Amino acid sequence: MRILVCISHVPDTTSKITFNSDHTEFNQSGVQFIINPYDEIALARAVELTEGTDGSITVINVGDASTEPTIRKALAVGATDAVRIDAAPRDAWFVAKQIAHYASEQSFDLILTGRESIDYNGSQVAALVGELLNIPSVSIVKKFDIQDREITIEREIEGGKEVLSTQLPVVLGTAEGVAEPKIPNMRGIMSARTKSLQVVPAVDVPVLSSISKYESPAPRGQVAMVDEVEQLVNLLHTKAKVL
Amino acid sequence: MAILVYVENIEGKFKKSAFEVVSYAKAIAQEQSTSVTALSIGNVADEELNKLAAFGASKIVKVDQEQLKQFINKAYAAVIAEAASKEQAHIIVLSNSFSGKGLAPRLAAKLEAGLADGAMELPTFSGNDLQVKKTAFSNKAFATEVITADKKVIAVNPNSHEPVRSEETPVIETLSPSVDAGDLNLVVKDIVRATDKISLPEAEIVVSAGRGMKGPENWAMIEELAEVLGAATACSKPVSDAGWRPHSEHVGQTGIVVSPNLYIAIGISGAIQHLAGVSSSKTIVVINKDPEAPFFKVADYGIVGDALEIVPKLTAAIQAHKAN
Ligand SMILES: Cc1cc2nc3c(=O)[nH]c(=O)nc-3n(C[C@H](O)[C@H](O)[C@H](O)COP(=O)(O)OP(=O)(O)OC[C@H]3O[C@@H](n4cnc5c(N)ncnc54)[C@H](O)[C@@H]3O)c2cc1C
Repeated sequence: MRILVCISHVPDTTSKITFNSDHTEFNQSGVQFIINPYDEIALARAVELTEGTDGSITVINVGDASTEPTIRKALAVGATDAVRIDAAPRDAWFVAKQIAHYASEQSFDLILTGRESIDYNGSQVAALVGELLNIPSVSIVKKFDIQDREITIEREIEGGKEVLSTQLPVVLGTAEGVAEPKIPNMRGIMSARTKSLQVVPAVDVPVLSSISKYESPAPRGQVAMVDEVEQLVNLLHTKAKVL
Repeated sequence: MAILVYVENIEGKFKKSAFEVVSYAKAIAQEQSTSVTALSIGNVADEELNKLAAFGASKIVKVDQEQLKQFINKAYAAVIAEAASKEQAHIIVLSNSFSGKGLAPRLAAKLEAGLADGAMELPTFSGNDLQVKKTAFSNKAFATEVITADKKVIAVNPNSHEPVRSEETPVIETLSPSVDAGDLNLVVKDIVRATDKISLPEAEIVVSAGRGMKGPENWAMIEELAEVLGAATACSKPVSDAGWRPHSEHVGQTGIVVSPNLYIAIGISGAIQHLAGVSSSKTIVVINKDPEAPFFKVADYGIVGDALEIVPKLTAAIQAHKAN
């Protein structure tokens, strides 16, 4: 089985999010970048599925050269090889177009993305790639298993879950439950250095939308400390008007 | 040139988000001097369909075909695209629900439309461009997305737009799209839904608890509090990682993002990743035995003390309040 895992390079979850002075760009200075946590889940599942088989895992990232440490980490976790589409990832549509273009020239059985990236939270790439390749896609996948070429998938729905089945190839946006993220070991880190990381030029994509400005949430007011639950209920009723 | 809005139902009953998105579309239609056409897919009775008119849908298009009974994003995207072309709709509105997240991008790609996901306010227009404020960086920031493409898809966050009544006299039409067999090669085998539970993303009140609860055996008091409040239950990440609660309840940066009217955080420290997913809640109450817990910095009301003692008292106090 050939698996393509899409990796996004995102600010560490503890990062404070700030912007440049005219609020048009995210301020990257001092920010640590990591593999998007949901993509780590996708990658971990791909490793489980290919372990002890002749299957392979290609990781793909759309990004400039600064994302290479993130890609190397994915190789250290267990990917077979990597591709970097050499362009700044303008938006999900741009990223999905690059991935779909690359995938259309290969034959992957399974394409995995995280359910969303923790920077732009679009939950878009899995479904966009599915549509662009004209194959099924399932978003917010909690679990999946493959037998022969039949795949059974559990996806999250409001207040429950839905079980689906289809034939490979398919694109899945994975969430927690699919697998536990893997930490690279020394051998993985050493072997990652010699694995292939191919750099591919980007294809042209029309601009459909863009971000014109960013804002930070307004600071919240001072907390009102209360001693008695009755007083709290009273405040929630009379002041906050939520009871 | 109507505004097309896709509405979701659960077993023939519209979700709350259906009324939110119709009402959202109506506000755009008023600004654009046009009307709202609502599209419903699945087996929904006319009586239920008519409810959409009260929130501004003047035309309701129903698609009720056996093959489309279950949600399949590929096929549904094709049907919505067909309806959009029939209605000559350039703006399509849907909910950024779990299904919407799998549907909106497919629809946008099909139409080569610009997509604003996670919209939290009404859009504004300048010429042919549409601008809308959306969440970004897991709620640590907001971004204004400008859609310059001719066709525009807006996926509206649940709970971000109050339904506003706007009575219309509805016309119901049936659409019978020809569905491509290739769009149906995904089979829904089973749906398991806890019908007695309030859905977390849509809940107006959320009772959430963390590692401070010590163990799963103490969750009964959380459920009781949620029950008297008519609230959904949630938890922090270590709680679901430990298997005390299901992953579907975990809120935060890497969990579900919620923005209820009231969020009650019990025995949760308030780590930055947790706050990211809950900070847009309108009112936040924190119960924690540590007066230095970071959560107090973003709370509206706080109580310092042992959750295991306070929660049952709070449940009783709310019961007493409701009985009055
Ligand atoms: C990549 C990544 C992603 C993450 N994503 C998320 C996420 O999406 N959501 C999330 O929640 N976390 C997330 N985390 C974890 C986050 O950093 C914190 O570890 C987590 O939120 C802490 O959960 P907690 O507050 O329940 O537990 P703790 O940190 O253990 O805090 C428990 C709190 O309970 C209080 N307490 C203890 N006993 C009592 C008592 N008897 N009565 C009252 N109070 C009591 C303590 O004072 C303390 O404040 C993420 C971490 C990483 C690294």
